[in-house]
Amino acid sequence: MPRRLLRDGLIVHDEWFYRAEAQDDPAAALILTLAEWQSGRDAWIARGGRLGVELAPAHRVEQLAADLPLFSLIACSFPGPSEGRGYSQARLLREYWKFSGELRATGHVRSDQLFFMARCGFNSFEMADADLQDAYTALSTFSRAYQPSNDAGLALKLRRR
Amino acid sequence: MYRYDAVDKTLVTERVAQFRDQTRRFLAGELSEDEFRHLRLRNGLYIQRHAPMLRVAIPYGLLSSAQLRALGGIARRYDRGYGHFTTRQNIQYNWPKLEEVPDILAELAKVEMHSIQTSGNCIRNTTSDHLAGVTPDELEDPRPWCELIRQWSTFHPEFTYLPRKFKIAVTGAAQDRAASLVHDVGVHIVRGPGGDLGFEILAGGGLGRTPIIGQVVREFLPREHLLTYLEAVLRVYNLEGRRDNIHKARIKILVRSLGIEEFRRRVEAEWERTRSSGPRVDDAEIARLRSFFNPPAYRRLTDTEPAAGKSTAFRAWYRYNTTAHKVAGYRAVYVSLKKPDVPPGDVTDTQMELLADLADRYSFGEVRVTHTQNLLLADVEQEQTFELWQTLERAGLATPNIGTLTDMICCPGLDFCSLANAGSIDVAKLINERFDDYDYIYDLGELEVKMSGCMNACGHHHVGHIGILGVDKSGEEWYQITIGGAAGADASLGSVIGPSVAKTDVPETIARLLEVYVEQRRPDERFLDTVRRLGVRPFKERAYAAPVAA
Repeated sequence: MPRRLLRDGLIVHDEWFYRAEAQDDPAAALILTLAEWQSGRDAWIARGGRLGVELAPAHRVEQLAADLPLFSLIACSFPGPSEGRGYSQARLLREYWKFSGELRATGHVRSDQLFFMARCGFNSFEMADADLQDAYTALSTFSRAYQPSNDAGLALKLRRR
Repeated sequence: MYRYDAVDKTLVTERVAQFRDQTRRFLAGELSEDEFRHLRLRNGLYIQRHAPMLRVAIPYGLLSSAQLRALGGIARRYDRGYGHFTTRQNIQYNWPKLEEVPDILAELAKVEMHSIQTSGNCIRNTTSDHLAGVTPDELEDPRPWCELIRQWSTFHPEFTYLPRKFKIAVTGAAQDRAASLVHDVGVHIVRGPGGDLGFEILAGGGLGRTPIIGQVVREFLPREHLLTYLEAVLRVYNLEGRRDNIHKARIKILVRSLGIEEFRRRVEAEWERTRSSGPRVDDAEIARLRSFFNPPAYRRLTDTEPAAGKSTAFRAWYRYNTTAHKVAGYRAVYVSLKKPDVPPGDVTDTQMELLADLADRYSFGEVRVTHTQNLLLADVEQEQTFELWQTLERAGLATPNIGTLTDMICCPGLDFCSLANAGSIDVAKLINERFDDYDYIYDLGELEVKMSGCMNACGHHHVGHIGILGVDKSGEEWYQITIGGAAGADASLGSVIGPSVAKTDVPETIARLLEVYVEQRRPDERFLDTVRRLGVRPFKERAYAAPVAA
């Protein structure tokens, strides 16, 4: 049963696999850990399939900077409800490094955080299946905002002026 | 003052709906205790010793009479008839019911108030000088900038899950009445090399168990960059601040471990690379915000001497509880919330309603909260102060002690707070019982006594001229005393005088410290300055010279 997630405001089946899930499918779209990527960079490029990488909170976006064009997806993990570094990672990826691929929030992702995550630039969210329905409405908890945002993909233009 | 537009109204209303739903999900078991904790804390709701505690934001301490009246009504309907003003210019209710909190928030929204980000690891209420706009020593009114920061920091998507709480204070005057040097970030309005107004930015100040005075990150920041620079400071902190140990998670620990040079280098580098994509302060928005803080319609008056020929009681009150106003014929009037038999900072529902009426009658319908837990009517005609005093006196709100020994800052302590190790309200009471001779209190002059019931330092004890810290010693309440602290522009941290003392010995110990001061002071020298000149030693020797008689 493939994972379901929220992407660009829609509940969809995930076509991405973590390495442990991918079995031997050579064409699978793969999400690597940063360590996996760094230890086998050339082999992963040679493999040819689409690549993603997951950053832990302590990782710096700069560790990926030179390789960003090689990735179609970057995931930022949120190990617990108080974790907040991923929000800064997302803004840096979108605003400074101009990453335009899929930016995914993983780990402890509940509907109450989605609005903030989306405004920082995340456009996909791995969540428990039971939370997915609520999640869609959580993206529109607030209809206005005081800050500029990176959620153009969701077509939310909330800023005061 | 600032009035909500459609955007502000919409956001606050949507917040009420969001929190109502979160509370429902928690009560229905859909959110765990821990998950709900993170959500309710970002809405000012603590679970305390007896009941939940709800902290309501008062942006930079400014209230309209309608808001104060509403706060009084909430105290009566949802609490036990009173509220408690805090050192961060907010108000706390100690007895709300969890399931009624959404209704309280709805009441608040009607008067353009909320409890957003009054707790939790996010950017808290921005505080400021309670004399903003009326003090003669001001370069520029800081409140439009406070409002800008309030809006920018409200639901900031990137900085809502910081390593720890984050407090910003803004001042625009020579004297620092906002304790900005002990804030995570202090913003000072200053004039730059070219004569333009901009900001000096400080970071890394704070109290708690590791008190540190803030240091200058940037001497002059042109005003259009305020928000991008704050974002750079916060991003460095969000990414690099410690999250493994709650006691080492404030920005002050990061600044101290990196050193101010390296911290500054990182902030500047972050700012350089991201400032172009961040929120610029545009002139139109600043002009709009400034328009809310235009001076009220002052009458053309001349200065008078309202105290001349009046009773001693009024003269004392006028001297201690009123202060200079930049407009001739006006005075700023403190409403003392330090009546000897009332917990410092507490005010009843009917007092709030009365003060709202007095604000309408005497002070253009506005009231301010000071960080020393008093209220202020900022724009009172000097000729009306006598009439105002008579009413305040009858309501128990004219204790003539502002800036003196009994104008103590005091946290709720063991009586309410689940973090506290010891009581503070009862110690304040003991001190009041011991020092009830106003001639003596006035003779001591300016004296700041600050008291916290635990090392979290909500009562700012480190920066009290005399600081009192409650500690737990094998289940008993003891008190550590410091002297020589200060919170203003010359901020310093107090020094511990020696071993902690029993609760009943606190007043006598303070009396002994004051004896040394009275004996050793030079003409016009404050207690603080005598301590700075002599050092702790003579005070310590006297304090512990003989056991305190029971």
